[in-house]
Amino acid sequence: MSSLLSVRNLTKKYNYFPALSNISFDLESGRIVGLLGPNGSGKTTLIKTICGLLQPEEGGVLVMGNPVGVESKKVISYLPDSTYLGTGMTVREIINYFKDFYADFDEARAYDMLAKLGINASTRLKTMSKGTKEKVQLILVMSRRARLYILDEPIAGVDPAARDYILNTIISNYDRESSILISTHLISDVENILDDVIFLKEGHIVRFSSVDEIRGVEGKSIDGLFREVFRC
Amino acid sequence: MSWNLDSDRPIFVQIIEHIELDIVSGKLPPGSRTASVRELAAEAAVNPNTMQRALSELERMGLMKTDRTIGRYITDDKELIDDLKNKIASAKTEAYLEDMSRLGIDKKEVISIIEKKSGD
Repeated sequence: MSSLLSVRNLTKKYNYFPALSNISFDLESGRIVGLLGPNGSGKTTLIKTICGLLQPEEGGVLVMGNPVGVESKKVISYLPDSTYLGTGMTVREIINYFKDFYADFDEARAYDMLAKLGINASTRLKTMSKGTKEKVQLILVMSRRARLYILDEPIAGVDPAARDYILNTIISNYDRESSILISTHLISDVENILDDVIFLKEGHIVRFSSVDEIRGVEGKSIDGLFREVFRC
Repeated sequence: MSWNLDSDRPIFVQIIEHIELDIVSGKLPPGSRTASVRELAAEAAVNPNTMQRALSELERMGLMKTDRTIGRYITDDKELIDDLKNKIASAKTEAYLEDMSRLGIDKKEVISIIEKKSGD
């Protein structure tokens, strides 16, 4: 069986500085995986390489057997760590834009989530608070029926109540066929919904195991283990 | 509202304990149908895979059953539920006695404390 995402011997350098050194791992379908690591450990670089926004020096990425390109982008729904939407647009305009762009975009789902979070679709993005903007972007990303969702810091700017709603949205919307890769610093908030965690340190994978294994064998929370592995 | 889960023990184990308590207390009555994996996962705020794993384990223990037409339901085996109740009660009592002995209170004192309390 081929995996949903296969990363092989990936190396990415910025000038001579290796941001990722010879990284390999596989992701199966139906998993929620946390990509965890301190600042500058290579999380965003890894994500951008998988999404085809950065070219690796060595190694490569296969998404459902296809190299990064048109086919891989069709099945990956990506939430970047910074905004890319025209801030003068209204939410409704952006939704139409997404509908046009992505064949798998589910408009009804988007409006449903907007309503639940009390966001008016006629509002322009630039008049929104930072947290509301983040919610809108996450809604757009989660409204695609993609196979792989890649979320770079999805809940950093939103309040705890909305965070709960968003995590709930994530677990109730993804299906067995899809997987989710989440990068975040807010480990204790997300660890209950994770299947597996990847610990990234200075461009290397120092740990890839299931959450239950870490808790069961070591008797530690992911948050606790993280603080131990990355003690400053 | 999500369930109260400790952060340092496997989640599926805690889900099992939570559902066991609900079965013993009658919150999930014998023979009643359970919500879907997805609904339960959303309620507990955990990953559906983890919920699935816990439910499979409960099925293996005989506390839940799956029927092709009705779906998943709680066992109607009263004896099994009583056994479970005794098991939980004895585990909780053991833990309590251990706490008391750590405080330097012996069994006789414990009993008198309990009697005084239940007389309130």
